[in-house]
This record gives sequence, structure tokens and C-alpha cells, in this order.
Amino acid sequence: MSSFRKAAAALAALSCVGLAGAQTMAISGIGRPATASELAAWDIDVRPDFKGLPKGSGSVAQGMDLWEAKCASCHGVFGESNQVFSPLVGGTTKEDVKSGRVARLLDAAYPGRTTLMKVATVSTLWDYIYRAMPWNAPKSLKPDEVYALVAYLLNLGEVLPENFTLSDANIAQVQGMMPNRNGMTTAHAMWPGPSMGNAKPDVKAAACMKDCATEATVASYLPEHARNAHGNLAEQNRSVGAQHGADTTQPAGARPVAAVSPKAGSDANAATVALARKLNCLTCHGMDNKVVGPGFREVSQKYATRPDAAAYLAQKISAGGSGVWGPVPMPAQTATPEEVRTLAQWIAEGAKP
Amino acid sequence: MSDATAPPGRLIRAPESFLAKDDIRKVFAEGRAGRRDFIRSAFSAALASAAVPAALAQSNPVPTEGGDANILNLPAHTTGLGQGVASDGYGKPSKFEANVQRRMSPGLTQTTQSSVSFAPLQSLFGIITPSGLHFERHHQGWWDIDPSKHRLMVNGSDPKLLKTPMVFTMDELMRLPMVSRFHFIECGANTGMEWGNVAVPTVQYSHGMLSCSEFTGVPLKVVLDLCGVDYKRARYVLGEGADGSSMTRTLPMEMVESGEVLLAYGQNGEMLRPENGYPLRLVVPGVQGVSWVKYLRRIEVGDKPWATKDEAVHYIDLMPDGLHRQYSSIQECKSVVTTPSGGQALLDKGFYNISGLAWSGRGKVKKVDVSVDGGRNWRTARLEAPVLSKCLTRFNLDWVWDGKPALVQSRATDETGYVQPTFRQLRAVRGTRSIYHNNAVQTWLVQESGEVKNVQLS
Repeated sequence: MSSFRKAAAALAALSCVGLAGAQTMAISGIGRPATASELAAWDIDVRPDFKGLPKGSGSVAQGMDLWEAKCASCHGVFGESNQVFSPLVGGTTKEDVKSGRVARLLDAAYPGRTTLMKVATVSTLWDYIYRAMPWNAPKSLKPDEVYALVAYLLNLGEVLPENFTLSDANIAQVQGMMPNRNGMTTAHAMWPGPSMGNAKPDVKAAACMKDCATEATVASYLPEHARNAHGNLAEQNRSVGAQHGADTTQPAGARPVAAVSPKAGSDANAATVALARKLNCLTCHGMDNKVVGPGFREVSQKYATRPDAAAYLAQKISAGGSGVWGPVPMPAQTATPEEVRTLAQWIAEGAKP
Repeated sequence: MSDATAPPGRLIRAPESFLAKDDIRKVFAEGRAGRRDFIRSAFSAALASAAVPAALAQSNPVPTEGGDANILNLPAHTTGLGQGVASDGYGKPSKFEANVQRRMSPGLTQTTQSSVSFAPLQSLFGIITPSGLHFERHHQGWWDIDPSKHRLMVNGSDPKLLKTPMVFTMDELMRLPMVSRFHFIECGANTGMEWGNVAVPTVQYSHGMLSCSEFTGVPLKVVLDLCGVDYKRARYVLGEGADGSSMTRTLPMEMVESGEVLLAYGQNGEMLRPENGYPLRLVVPGVQGVSWVKYLRRIEVGDKPWATKDEAVHYIDLMPDGLHRQYSSIQECKSVVTTPSGGQALLDKGFYNISGLAWSGRGKVKKVDVSVDGGRNWRTARLEAPVLSKCLTRFNLDWVWDGKPALVQSRATDETGYVQPTFRQLRAVRGTRSIYHNNAVQTWLVQESGEVKNVQLS
């Protein structure tokens, strides 16, 4: 090697070292100690060993009152509702409370899984209700209220008797009654550290390249009636390219289209839909379907022949109401009068997209 | 109204949710009665709806008179004055790209705040997801948080796990040593609707809870060092969000110690988008998206895992023996062909580029094989650079379509030697009810009409 090359190689080696071990310096003056009040305000987590659990208590009866006021509109009076969220209660038995394994999890024909069928740790219920419930007013519940709600839920699941009062003193015993407390395993390869599992990947495949055994039968595809269920797929693909979207408003096998642009909806209607979304109307009202309250078009249709529909609906939107479509009340809206008028007019005219 | 209460097609609930009794009965009834019997083979399925691919307006016909009007008649953009600079201070895609949108899957959720939108994988190139098309998963709605008021707190499950519990501002976090890395993020429930049978028509809905970005931030380890964490005892880390759901998830300290886990504020050259956690989120490479806590407000170090709602009620995988796998986090090796894919139509016979994405939560993708005959014969695809660890890898392969039905599949192998399984191999071990971590080989049936269909083989 020439001396020039040697020098160049040495230089390159040096710069590599320089890069790999880029000089680090001590970091100071960044961050400050947290105060005790700050820690108390944010450190709300509760572990399965109840580290972090605030002292307190609440009874099944208190839980029932709270439930009906704050939880039932989404979860149903008995925690069984499937309308807005997955059911919380159902599918567990007295036998499960004894064994700690939910037997119905073995039955592939049993429809779905409730929270009580899955959850192994009572701390999880306490922690989650305290941090995130009610859905539209998270962190508004006091510890005693959370104890009462957990007690009520477990009473609905026939884990706790009606006269029970749950507290920090007896929650560890209640853990011993959770229906699926023995239902978890960490024997798998998908925890990204050595502290749990440590198994080898469970599904083994080989990369055969030629004349491989195949599964040559098409066993599943969407039925023809669901062809357009996700909207027109021609409008969900770029209008140029090697492949275009299939026009699913037409029967299968029809000539593919050259280019389809999105449907030209009215800009004014689109703006009103955006307004409804901004004001969170769409949380409770679907365009067509009932969620908590009626779908917008259901409302349009009900008042289609009423000449003062827009004014009537404006009044309903700003003042709130209940009893017309069901027992769950619609709260009064904080929208401006102009926004209320726009929404009411749009609904009265058919809630078009 | 016509059928306001009936959802269009089949109603499939949110991945970690519940199927209504009627839906379940229908699924099982169809399973037993056997769509299996309905069509005996892939090829008869295609033949049944056979139609010859049509030559289309855009397919460049030989001109009959003089030439193509698009060439002969000079358009306004060739003969006029165009628009000026900065007419839009933050540029947008062409108006002709309006079809490329993230979308909700109809009937999947009852609210928009606890819901999912899917990235349009069928329309994306390369490996980076444009930030505005990144998939969304919110548990209690998204917020646009004022970064000057956002704080990160670090504390311990007990006071002895670190020297000083601390508070940091965004200004301070952004002064710390900065790294930028490309990583994929995939929801643990991606492809979850397809465990039992085909439920959705396109790759957007089957695989679209997947995105990839360049993330910029500070390694979490740097911040834990500043707090004087006792790494001997503190073997677990909790991340917690500042939004209403205050999402929490447990991580192993080993991942943090490796330097991989980031406190990220940057995404694709700009700040995180509000829908993706602005101004601060965790980046946990290779691990399912739910651990990448958005609007991150607090890190707690501890000596035991937390069994939070999203690791004790949801994101647990039901096995055939009735046990749930808890703390299953790694996204195993997976791939999918994005073009041609379900819901698309090939314009004509002849040359095509088969293109797709491959990824592994355990490292780099080593190779991707592609089959057009339902898995009998495979060819190895070209991997496009860069091929990075725990990042999407783009693959391409030449293909001449002869106009006959074709079953297109891809199969990835990662650097650990793990090979992506078929549905049969996956179900043989995990059954059909686990919801999460479906990484089976995807099959697209190209029919004679040119239309592509999502199918499952057995």
C-alpha cells in the first residue's frame, strides 16, 4: 500500500471512530424536580398489587345510582348493551368465580366476549374507570364513586352480593373472586423483553419455492350483496395508474371505468356535516342510523311535512330535550345561534351529504 | 328511509370489540353451510363471472386521424400563464388525487372518537406514509394540544426507583440529543377482521392500520438517566397519555436500554400531526401501535407490569384453549401486495409491476417471495433500498398477466429466519378468535374481467 493510501486509510478509520463515538457531553440544566402536588395530580395508575390505589369505599347500591346517571346511556342499564360499546357484563357463571377460568371462552360458538369474561385483574377495572370514565367527562369521578361502580359491575356479573361494600381493605379478597383471574398466559414469543414468555415463535412456516403444496380452493370471499358495502371502490383508488378501482355500483364483471372522481357533493352540505362533527353531534347521531339519538335523516323524515321544521329543530338543538325518540336526553348545545340555524335548516332539508 | 337500521353488507365490529349475536350466528352459519361448497375452486369462481378485459379510454389507442387530441390541441397549461409561488403556504396534493383518503370501515364502530381510519395502501408508493394519510386510532377523540403548555413527568412506582421525579417542557426535550429513524407502526388488530373469513374488500381495510414515517426525538434512556433511574430494580416502564383516555401501556426496560424507544416530536420532517399525538408520543419500534402512547404526559418506572385496560381487556389474544395471551406486543413478520389488490381492476393483459410492502417487528426483512398461482410456485421479488430494521420495505416484481385468473400472494422472511405463515398454518396454532396479530399470507384473486377480489384459500 502506498504511503498516501495508508494515510488515507488511517484518516478514514479515524473519522469512523469519530462518528461512532461522537463526543457526548454531560447534560445539565434541563428539567426540574416534580412537586408533590404535581405527582399527586398525575400519578393515578393502580397496579394489580394495588400499588397506587387510593383509600376509600363504595357500595353496590351507590354504584347502581351512579351507573344509571352516568354510565347506562352508553353501556345499558345492566352493562349488557352492545349499542355504543362492547358489552361489559355477561357470560360468566358462579362456577367461573370458583375456578377463576371463564368456561364459555372454550365455546367457539358463544357470541363474543364481555369485559368480565376477559379481565383477570380487578385493579384494571378500577384504574380504567378512574382515568377514563365517563367517556365524555373522564377523570370526573371521585375514588369512592369508582369503588361503588366497580362493586356494582361485579354485582351485575354475580361476583359480589347486593349488600356488598367494596373498599381498599377488601379489594384483594375480591381479586380472588374474579371469574377469569386464572385465564391469562405470558407463554408466548411476543413480549419484547426477557422478563416474560421467552418462548420461540409459535407458528412455523417454510419458504418452499417450487411445486409447493397449496390450498387451491377459494374458501371465503365477500358475498355479492356486499359488493358496494364499503362505498364505490372506483372512488377509493387513484384515477390514473396500472390499476383503477372497480366500479362497485355496477355488477361484477362490468367494464372497468377509466377514471372516477369523487362524487361532487355540495360544499355547503359538506361544511354543515363538518360543523356537526365539530360540535360532536355525530357522537350520538349517525347520518342514517340511531347511535344514542336518532339518525339525522330519521329526524328529517319525521318532520318532512312540518312547515316550521327548521325553527322547531333549532329550538330543540339549543334547548335540548328528551322523550321524543327515547329516554336518553339530548343536552342543550353550546353552538352559536347561526350554527344552530344552519344545522336545523340542513336537517329540515333532508340532511344531505 | 329505506334501510336505515340495516348496515350495508355485513356489520363487523371494532377489532377489539364484540360481534352482535346475529352477526356471529351469520358468520358461523355461513362457515358451516360452506361458502366452501359454493365454489369448488378458485378458477371456477373466476370463470363464472368471466368477461374480457376492455380496452379503455386511457389505454393509449393508435390515433385514427392525425393523432391524439391531447397532443394536437395544445392545452391551456401549455399556452397560458400558471400560478405564482406561495399561493398556498402549505401545499396540498393535486385535486386529481382526491380519491386518495384515509377512511373508516363502514359499521366497524358506533362513534368516531373511539374508532379507526385506515391508510390507503393501494395508492401509496415507496415506504413513507404521507403524514395526512397516516392511519388513526383514537380511544377518546383527538386533540390539538398547545405545545407550550404540554409537560412530560417522569416518576417511579415507589420513590426509590429513581433519584428525582422530574418535569420537562417541550423546549427542554427538544434541546436534548436528537435522533431520526424510520419505523413502521402497525395496530395489533390490523387484519383482525379477517381471522375467520373475508370481511372487507380492499387492502386499505384489510391492512391499512399500518403506516411508516421518519420519526425524530430523543431516546427515552437519555431522559431516564437525567432522573437517576435505578436500572437494577426498575425493569418496567409505563407510558401515559394526556388525552381523556390517558392511555397506558407497559414496556420492558430492556427496549428502553437498547436506545430504540424514542420520545418523538418529529414526523417526516415536520412536527407530529395532532391525530398522531402532537406534540409528543412514544415510538416503540416493532411493537404494536397501542404502545406508541400519543400526547405522552408521563413515564413511570416500576418493578412490575401494570395490566392496564389495553393489556388486560383489549390487545389480549384468545387461544383455542380458552387462555388469553397477555403482553403480546411484537408485530411478527408480514407482507402484502398493494398493487394489484382487492377492489382494483387491471386495464388490460400484458406487463404489470407487482408491488407491495413487507415488515417485521424483529428486525430487517430478508426476502419476499411472490406467487401468482396460489402458492404453488414462487419467485423472489426485488427489495427496494433502503431495507431498514423494523421499517416497511418496498418490494417489486415483473409480471406478465396472460388474462387468466391468477391468485397473487406475497410471503416475507425476516432476518431471524421467521417465515410469514399461511392462514392454515396460523389458524392451526391460534384458532380463529384471537383478533390480534393476524400476519397470514394475503391472497388476491385477479379474475378474467381484470377485477381483483379479496379471497382466502383452504
